[in-house]
Amino acid sequence: MKKLLNTLYVTTEGARLRKEGENIVAEVDDTERGRVPLHMLGAVVVFGAIAISPPLVGALARAGITLVLLDRQGRFEARVEGPVSGNVLLRRAQYRASEQPDEIVRSIVTAKIANQRVVLQRALRDHGAEMSADHRTAVESTIDRMERILRRIAFTNEGADAMRGAEGEAANGYFAVFDSLLRSPDPDIRFNGRSRRPPRDPVNALLSFLYTLLTHDCRSAAECVGLDPAVGFLHRDRPGRPSLALDLMEEFRPVLADRLALSLINRRQLRSGDFETRDGGAVLLTEAGRKTVLTAWQERKKEERRHPFLDEMAPYGLVPYLQAQLLARHLRGDLDAYPPWFWR
Amino acid sequence: MTPAADLDDPLPISALQHAVYCLRQAALIHIERVWAENRFTAEGRVLHDVAHEAGSRKSRGARRVTALQLASLRLNISGIADVVEFHRGPDGETAFPIEYKRGKPKLHRADEVQLCAQALCLEEMTARPVPEGALFYGETKRRLIVPFDAELRRLTEDTVRAFGALVASGRTPPAVWKASRCRSCSLIELCRPQAMAKSALDFRRRALVAALAPEAAANGSSP
Ligand code: SF4
Repeated sequence: MKKLLNTLYVTTEGARLRKEGENIVAEVDDTERGRVPLHMLGAVVVFGAIAISPPLVGALARAGITLVLLDRQGRFEARVEGPVSGNVLLRRAQYRASEQPDEIVRSIVTAKIANQRVVLQRALRDHGAEMSADHRTAVESTIDRMERILRRIAFTNEGADAMRGAEGEAANGYFAVFDSLLRSPDPDIRFNGRSRRPPRDPVNALLSFLYTLLTHDCRSAAECVGLDPAVGFLHRDRPGRPSLALDLMEEFRPVLADRLALSLINRRQLRSGDFETRDGGAVLLTEAGRKTVLTAWQERKKEERRHPFLDEMAPYGLVPYLQAQLLARHLRGDLDAYPPWFWR
Repeated sequence: MTPAADLDDPLPISALQHAVYCLRQAALIHIERVWAENRFTAEGRVLHDVAHEAGSRKSRGARRVTALQLASLRLNISGIADVVEFHRGPDGETAFPIEYKRGKPKLHRADEVQLCAQALCLEEMTARPVPEGALFYGETKRRLIVPFDAELRRLTEDTVRAFGALVASGRTPPAVWKASRCRSCSLIELCRPQAMAKSALDFRRRALVAALAPEAAANGSSP
């Protein structure tokens, strides 16, 4: 199986990265802080003001190691990619399929809603007893509502637009009860509905940060199998938007991001001190908070589970790649549908 | 190595060994290019290591040409021969292609077909018969003489035609699981012959039915 390569995250502002032999060397104030052989890396992600030497940028591109520049808060800024090895026939098939996206959208949306629903079911099973009766009832009725939405789109021939609507409806219900899944005694760590630009509470700050990491992995996965990350099925084309990466990501969001966010908060690995509020009310992770999240993220990616369609064990971190590969095989005509990733 | 391009683009001789082994493998490598990079760099390096086989033939006065560009207009194939020896005879030089392979001699005829394709090119280029050549295997350090008999020539020409049709269609043939062949196929992780035999629609239907079953929540295992 393809090796799960590491991602090097550099978060220390003022750090300098340079190439020495076949290694990346990280320096802070002219002192070496770390050294990683290039062949162990799949990507380098840097946050904020970090200097990168031109020879290193070239070496990364040649070795097929993606370099991603994010701002201090983790918002995407730029990406350096070597020559694209893309497969023109696959891309043509992708573009053709994007004109008739219904069945691929059905796979993505049903798996996303099913996975969100399992997140709620698990929370209820594991901690339902500690929830207030009101909260428990709310979560239960959301699970039922999501089941109805799933039935409506899973076995019918609803078109892509109707499924986009259903997806939004399910997401509203899901996020409406998400706060009930938080078990931190800290009154500041709450979720007040999804807010994106900017996140307005710690949980939104955490979710946004995890979604950024996941987008990056999904985009790399798409590129790795030769798909065009900009042309999606569920997400419509928009200049600069990695629509396919966002599509791939939908199935994983509830499991790889939402559940990780819940466990970081509920296990009190993140506390209110790991967040800061800026003027204007934007809430962001502190540098220490980001480190905690990145470490947990890397650990989670190593955990193995049985892949439902391939029926073999695979680490979570490889699942975006495997799904991109299965999508490519569907587009090339090997599979009669895109088999999405159902989490059990 | 242009995949699925104009029909006038000659087919790469090096692809024929994959086409003999499995047409899907050839399509994945040469049409979809899913694996081209690793494979070819690895092979290139091996080639370099062994292309200096002791020149015992030199003592017999053979002229040795490395990395010779070959082509056949009739078959529309082209490629580069590792080594071609030109053996002097009473009525001129006879070409003798030698191909270097890592590993050891195989049960299937992929390497012989590749070599025979080179011979067919050499015959067309020199307008003289090329009756035999040799495969040199890195693992056994053995030189295996390959006579280009009628059967091998037919297999080679059939393979060229089948692969040419594949490239022209741009399609990748479906995966067919055959244990003896797939188990030792270096593309198995990308090809996934067993998973590709399943119906993803059935899978999706079953997974959704399971997800909607009332007991689904209670029986799941914790991550
Ligand atoms: S795994 Fe089997 S079917 Fe797939 S390319 Fe290899 S030999 Fe062909």
